[in-house]
Amino acid sequence: MVENRRWLDILTHAVLILGIAIVALPIWITFVAASHDALRMTQTPLPLLPGGHFWRNFIDTLLGSGLSGTEIAPVWRMLLNSLVMALMIATGKIAISIISAFAIVYFRFPFRMGFFWMIFITLMLPVEVRILPTFEVVADLGMLNSYWGLTVPLIASATATFMFRQVFLTIPDEMLESARVDGAGPLRFFWDILVPLSRTNIAALFVILFIYGWNQYLWPLLITTDTSMTTIVISIKQMLEAAEQTPEWNIIMMTALLAMLPPIIVVITMQRLFVKGLTETEK
Amino acid sequence: MASITLENLTKSYGETEVLHHVDGHIEDGEFIVVVGPSGCGKSTLLRMIAGLETITSGVVRIGERVVNNLEPAQRDIAMVFQNYALYPHMSVRENMAYGLKIRRLPKSEIDRRVREAAEILEIGDYLDRKPRQLSGGQRQRVAMGRAIVRDPQVFLFDEPLSNLDAKLRVQMRLEIRKLQRRLGVTSIFVTHDQVEAMTLGDRLMVLNAGYVEQFGTPIELYSRPASLFVAGFIGSPAMNFLPAQAEGGRLRLEGGATLACDTASRGPVTLGIRPEHLVADPDGPIVLRVDVLEQLGANTLVHGTLAGTRTELTASLDGVRQIATGDEIAFTAAGEALHIFDRDSGKRLEG
Ligand SMILES: Nc1ncnc2c1ncn2[C@@H]1O[C@H](COP(=O)(O)OP(=O)(O)O)[C@@H](O)[C@H]1O
Ligand SMILES: [Mg+2]
Repeated sequence: MVENRRWLDILTHAVLILGIAIVALPIWITFVAASHDALRMTQTPLPLLPGGHFWRNFIDTLLGSGLSGTEIAPVWRMLLNSLVMALMIATGKIAISIISAFAIVYFRFPFRMGFFWMIFITLMLPVEVRILPTFEVVADLGMLNSYWGLTVPLIASATATFMFRQVFLTIPDEMLESARVDGAGPLRFFWDILVPLSRTNIAALFVILFIYGWNQYLWPLLITTDTSMTTIVISIKQMLEAAEQTPEWNIIMMTALLAMLPPIIVVITMQRLFVKGLTETEK
Repeated sequence: MASITLENLTKSYGETEVLHHVDGHIEDGEFIVVVGPSGCGKSTLLRMIAGLETITSGVVRIGERVVNNLEPAQRDIAMVFQNYALYPHMSVRENMAYGLKIRRLPKSEIDRRVREAAEILEIGDYLDRKPRQLSGGQRQRVAMGRAIVRDPQVFLFDEPLSNLDAKLRVQMRLEIRKLQRRLGVTSIFVTHDQVEAMTLGDRLMVLNAGYVEQFGTPIELYSRPASLFVAGFIGSPAMNFLPAQAEGGRLRLEGGATLACDTASRGPVTLGIRPEHLVADPDGPIVLRVDVLEQLGANTLVHGTLAGTRTELTASLDGVRQIATGDEIAFTAAGEALHIFDRDSGKRLEG
């Protein structure tokens, strides 16, 4: 048995390492490409080991005008746009959905279930489905090329409302009753009891929604025409299509690396809370 | 401190009425236990007094004040819940201080009260721990502490001991009683455990299916139960019930034996006799045919049937006894140990 187990261990490790290698290979190639000069990237065979231009490319990409001969804004600006958009979407979605879940679970108002089902139905209407009318509304409100235009249509969120509803339903009724005996009104109960008790769920949701916001493509593509409002995900695509010249792979790959960084930082810093939020049920 | 008056209190959920015309007056400083089987409406009654359930009709008065439409926090009560309902993200200290903070008491006053309560309950050592780091008994104390710091007119307890193991339950029961004596706060304690009820309460309110069956001292309930329900619920082992015919001055049991009894009524009745009140007497009219023995050491419970019938009968004899299955033992009972109930309504008949 012991021998068998050892072989099994080795085998599973081999499979895991192979899997990681396959997943990591594109990232490695991105990194390698980002560390050579532009000329080397046009020659074959393509390099498989890092070159010496990493920091030069890094500075050029982040602070310079990015791709030579284009009107694309500097990459730090696009990173900032993406960051603002992702943060606004994540916090906006969390704020709205926790408040609507609070209303649905803890208040008895007329047509409560009606509102509940209306929120439910929005699950079937993501931005992609209602893209033309939404665009028109945003344009009429003068929100093209603004952070509000980028985020507001993406904020209303049925899934997050459901998640918070489930979380609240697991909180025993006695918690509310004991807060009432203590003299806490609805808002105090919300801030002092519900929000702290949903902390891990909020963190988990924040991670998911931040990445969701960061990766938005279609909507920002429509709503931003001004290059100073472009998000990083879109700019990578635009760099590839930069007219009438060979793509500057070193700059593009450096941009891709930079685009990966913020989601990774968010996941790593919130990992502990994130895992707890997805697995913990005990209240 | 305050008295509590319940006047014609009724609770309905939709069409179903779950509490029917509850009346009662609770003196200032009294310890009242509301007792009854599960689902009889004890919690509902308590929560109506607390203000956590609306009152369908009737009046609840705390002191001189009608509190029907006041929020729980305005009623000057404190409640201890069955599962303690401590805030899991707050330390013991914060749990106790939370209500006082909302009332905007000065920080020094809050600290003083928390410290005092912690001292009374001996929880000073873990004021900075979270509830999940405490044992069941310790959580129970914290829940009590949270009630004490409020310095309320009334304590309300909803089965606060039912989550503890048997030994701790007995210990906490005594502590609650001592604490209530010491603080002198009017208290209502809900339980389904009749032993807990008998040992804790100055007076007991026995609830059955939403009706108050009887409201009196433990000894009144034991010695003069107002109905078959109370008679069967209070006391352990449970009272024996024998069908009988009242014939004015005597009772005729099934099988024909007669018992002298100063009852004036006639017709079918139910005779109740507690097992501990059956006295062995070779010439006695009540004959027990033995099925099983329960040896408890101090006494022996003899379970069987009334000879010649299928009516179950239990007697309690002193000390350790050896009796063979199928043996017959004759008993008699003193006049004051006989409880006579109307066969149909279950109500106690005079005497
Ligand atoms: N929210 C409610 N809706 C409908 N019926 C209820 C509700 N709460 C309690 N009841 C009913 O009221 C009765 C009394 O309940 P409760 O006071 O909790 O009993 P106890 O505490 O004595 O076990 C039960 O029959 C229960 O089914
Ligand atoms: Mg109950």
